[in-house]
Amino acid sequence: MNKLLALFITITAGALLVYSVEEFPAWGDPQQPASRHVSPRYIEKTVEETGVPNAVTSVLADYRGYDTMFETSVIFSAGVAVMMLLRGMKYGKNSR
Amino acid sequence: MARILDDIILDDIIIRTCARIMVPFIQLYSLYVLVHGHSSPGGGFQGGCIMAASFILLAVAFSINEVKRRFRENIHLIFCSLGVFIYTGTGAIALFFSGNFLDYSTLTHIVPATPVMARYYGMALIELGVQISVMAVMVSIFFDLVTKGDHVEAPDWEDD
Repeated sequence: MNKLLALFITITAGALLVYSVEEFPAWGDPQQPASRHVSPRYIEKTVEETGVPNAVTSVLADYRGYDTMFETSVIFSAGVAVMMLLRGMKYGKNSR
Repeated sequence: MARILDDIILDDIIIRTCARIMVPFIQLYSLYVLVHGHSSPGGGFQGGCIMAASFILLAVAFSINEVKRRFRENIHLIFCSLGVFIYTGTGAIALFFSGNFLDYSTLTHIVPATPVMARYYGMALIELGVQISVMAVMVSIFFDLVTKGDHVEAPDWEDD
């Protein structure tokens, strides 16, 4: 019964997602909201506001600094996770 | 067969000499990718991976212990978190000068620069943090995986 309920919820949610795809702007549409407000601002103001000629770097490190900060945190977490899995946690008579 | 491979590959002076010559240039190139990320493709993630590749090349050509002698384990574990600390610390400096978190233009209170150039330098600083963290984590993961976590060099072929 639980599996049937989960299947029903999954299919319903998937159908809703597929249905909402119709409402998306067309691929590469120059009139979509992201292309009209966000992209021109970054392309036009990058050199003026940050002094960096490479718009990718200014978006990555300045306008979207939070994103890159947590990307770095994710890399750090991956390193710590590998350490814990491979050398830290020894399940045995010494652990409680 | 394994014994022959061992003699041929692991004790090859050509491979060791080539690796020894290539490693400084790889590291210099990674620093170039880091500092030139402002005006060309590149940045902290790419530079950190290239820097880690130079250490992995050393480990492959020489041995794990040789790399750990030059770049000690406690040092690269400190570097793992130092990079993240530099990044978040740069962001937190802005808070002390009543700016938003990660607003590098408040760095004008520390360095003599216009707000625009302060953002430029702030980006360079956080890219440095990303480079340090990525480099140390890659080297650490490589050591962990290749030694199965106990950081002891794999036994030679003749021990089998």
